[in-house]
Amino acid sequence: MADVALRKVVKRYDDVEAVRGIDLDIADHEFIVLVGPSGCGKSTTLRMIAGLEDISDGDIMIGGDIVNDVPPKDRDIAMVFQNYALYPHMTVAENMSFGLRLKHYPKAEIKARVTEAARLLDITDLIDRKPKQLSGGQRQRVAMGRAIVRNPKVFLFDEPLSNLDAKLRVQMRIEIKKVHQKVRTTTVYVTHDQVEAMTLADRVVVMNKGRIEQIGTPNELYHKPATRFVAGFIGSPAMNFIPCRLEDVGGTLQIRLTDRIAFPLPPARAARYNALPRTEKLLLGIRPEHLTESHAHLAPGVETFDTVLDVTEPMGMETLVYFGLDGAPVCGRVDPNAGAKDGAPMRLAMDLNNMHLLNEETGVVL
Amino acid sequence: MADVALQPNRVGAAQPARKRSSLQKALKRKSTVAFLMTLPLIILIALLVIYPAFYSLHLATLNKSMQKFIGLGNFEFLFRRDTFWLVVKQSCIFAITAVIFKALIGFIVAHFVHNIPAKGQRKWRGMLLVPWVIPPAMSTLAWLWLFDPSYSAFNYTLSFFGIGPIPWTGDAAWARFSVILVNVWYGAPFFMIMYLAALKSVPDQLYEAAAIDGANWWQRIWYVTLPMMRNIIAITTLFSLIVTFANFDIVRILTAGGPLDHTHIFATWAFRIGIEGSDIPLGASVSLFMVPILAVAAIFILRDVNKRGNEA
Amino acid sequence: MSSVTIDKAAPTRTVKYGSMSRDRKWALRWSYFFLTLFAIFSLLPPIYMLITSLKSSAEISAATNPWWVFNPTLENYVGLLTSNQYLRFFWNSALVSIFVVTITMLISVPAAFALARMRFWGSATLATGVFLTYLIPDTLLFIPLFKVFALFGDWTGIQLINRWYVLLLIYPTLTVPFCTWIMIGYFASIPKELDEAAIIDGASWFQTLTRIFIPVALPGLIAATIFAFTVSWAQFLYPLVFTTSTDQLVLPVGIITTLIKGDVFNWGQIMTGALLGAAPPLIIYAFLMDYYIAGLTAGATKG
Repeated sequence: MADVALRKVVKRYDDVEAVRGIDLDIADHEFIVLVGPSGCGKSTTLRMIAGLEDISDGDIMIGGDIVNDVPPKDRDIAMVFQNYALYPHMTVAENMSFGLRLKHYPKAEIKARVTEAARLLDITDLIDRKPKQLSGGQRQRVAMGRAIVRNPKVFLFDEPLSNLDAKLRVQMRIEIKKVHQKVRTTTVYVTHDQVEAMTLADRVVVMNKGRIEQIGTPNELYHKPATRFVAGFIGSPAMNFIPCRLEDVGGTLQIRLTDRIAFPLPPARAARYNALPRTEKLLLGIRPEHLTESHAHLAPGVETFDTVLDVTEPMGMETLVYFGLDGAPVCGRVDPNAGAKDGAPMRLAMDLNNMHLLNEETGVVL
Repeated sequence: MADVALQPNRVGAAQPARKRSSLQKALKRKSTVAFLMTLPLIILIALLVIYPAFYSLHLATLNKSMQKFIGLGNFEFLFRRDTFWLVVKQSCIFAITAVIFKALIGFIVAHFVHNIPAKGQRKWRGMLLVPWVIPPAMSTLAWLWLFDPSYSAFNYTLSFFGIGPIPWTGDAAWARFSVILVNVWYGAPFFMIMYLAALKSVPDQLYEAAAIDGANWWQRIWYVTLPMMRNIIAITTLFSLIVTFANFDIVRILTAGGPLDHTHIFATWAFRIGIEGSDIPLGASVSLFMVPILAVAAIFILRDVNKRGNEA
Repeated sequence: MSSVTIDKAAPTRTVKYGSMSRDRKWALRWSYFFLTLFAIFSLLPPIYMLITSLKSSAEISAATNPWWVFNPTLENYVGLLTSNQYLRFFWNSALVSIFVVTITMLISVPAAFALARMRFWGSATLATGVFLTYLIPDTLLFIPLFKVFALFGDWTGIQLINRWYVLLLIYPTLTVPFCTWIMIGYFASIPKELDEAAIIDGASWFQTLTRIFIPVALPGLIAATIFAFTVSWAQFLYPLVFTTSTDQLVLPVGIITTLIKGDVFNWGQIMTGALLGAAPPLIIYAFLMDYYIAGLTAGATKG
């Protein structure tokens, strides 16, 4: 087990910078997830940690040693690939033991490690089969087994669940978490799926266009996003962004969304935003779960408004409602029995205690 | 690797390469290893293909005893010989005619094989590819025997229909026909196999859509099959043009260029002059005339291969 | 296909059902008919070789029905298989072919691996160059090669002309480019992640080649081997040019030059010799047809 540190790591392809100077400290035993849209540099970063890509600038350290020029096999890491990358002509046992055999480990130890890993992953009866006889989920487990037997300092996962169907993905997610609980190896996990990030990670690193947008625990990222990108990336359905302005009306600070809709800010928020210039173009960030149906007893800070719904999506446990405020598309989550109908008007409630205000140009959360 | 055996998970030390000399490091670098791996190939091609090719240019400028430099003298000599122009004409006609028929027959047969149920295809494919498998020298002997002036089995059979004995290799026109026939017999299976593979790669749904649109069988070929197979057709045709143009075995064994040089093509005539006639420079000159035509064909092939690579 | 106009208003013609399957039956019958014709055309020469090989000289010169054997005899086979000369040809051919196949694979496989996997300066050009080399025909090179080897023999005293082992040098020029091309295709189709997994598992380039690529690309290796063997076995021009003494000849040349003595053609023996000479490639083909065909098509479709 070891900690991993990235210092100002840069990756350049010809003139394009895929990774633009990132700093990251991963503690020993930590499960860190790099998440972001395609092309954000997360896979490139992972591959640089693995040694499969050269580092253009900066340093990568594993266990305190700089490993920039160390070849992958000497970095004591193991990797699980998106396409499993199992050797098709070898059995499961041979696949798992290949690395150890190359290093001439004693046979007894190889067998012990393989058996243990197989038991951990519940693939003991598949030990003599070839990859083409296995299902997707089984292959993924073998790939994990191959990583586990090496007892490395760091596990690297490169979008391992992307090739599985939705149901299997949920199952494997739980498996991975269980394995981590047992084996406790430092893990760097790359995915584009924010659900995987939120459910698996100790800490999440949100990346965009080669830079780190924010690092934090899933909770922090969800409730205290630092930028518009993070706010809109984490959480599904995504956070709503409604253009708005601050205005002073009769001594209180109000937020105006449309010509007809303006709300007074709750005291805590008013205090925080009081210093902002009233002319600044702002975005109101509010998550769909804080836009619900209106009912009799509303808590302080919850304001109501009327709107006409465009589309409703009954999900069973809730109904998603879509409407527009001056052209800005908004999504809310209402009780399934609240009577939401396509095209019908509805009174909704917005919980401003959980609002975010963002600068429209810079995207920074204020 | 061995020194790590008993100490699993030893950390890769900060500067592990210190202990190795820079020579060893250079040897391990990817580009060095790769270069070494391709070195035998490069040496082989450079020494035994590229060098002789250029050397033949040099040879062509020498006189018969190879003592004197005579520049383009050999070429002038050839241009004035009627046989030379005969050979040029024959080579071109031979190559073009043979390739056209090979491609046509290959295409037609491939279609028939494709039409029958998949289980039986293997059997038929196996039988139809036999001409290609038999070494051409051996099979040409069989044809030689089939064409024998006195004992031709073909003439025997034809005599029952009242058709007089045909001088398969004795008469110039028939000799040309025979040579082309044998070449087509030998080469059509290659086209068939290629086209069969290409036919299988045309998605069935295109045919179904065309059928629904009302196309009959030959419209389907023209509008669906041929366009989808354009690349394969181009590549195999060009490839075969090169190979057929440079053919030696069949003509040499069947007619040895006769009668009266009327079936000579570049390769056999070069052999006659260069090796049998011991005039190496002149022989080299003859061979060199193949180059422009081959080069043009090669350029077209390259362009097509690259184009297909980009499309894929 | 019979075209049926469908008028939504009212059917003016009775729609004929079952016509599609009838058409298909006819299409199949025609297919089989033509396929049989072509099969006869294809198999005619080898079958005729077989028929003639079972005839005695007497029967051949008697000019009876050439398509039938009246008094089958194995004297031609016995004659050839006990002839030292013929056996010598067979032995030379086998020796040359096996050596050439080995040399070819030793050169092609590492080169293909390097060209397919290791990006290095000039690798793309080299790969195209390899393919282009295959287009340079032996009929262009035989004259200069002859002169070069003659000169080499003069300078160094190592006799290359008229020795069977000179063919070991020359045949690879025919086999290596295409075999490399085949292997590049097969190697390139192995997913890159397999390399990376091997790198992380600690394999060197050599280990990756021998323990991963070669096993996984085994079908390609077999196809390339078959191709190299067949080409070597069937070669005619180069041995004709470079070997002249009887004991140095390989089969194709040997049969032609020795069994045709002057104006007397011993056709029974010639056909037997040719058939036996065609046997090895035919046998390989019979058992490994799929690999054989894969080798052929690999060049164009994987190209």
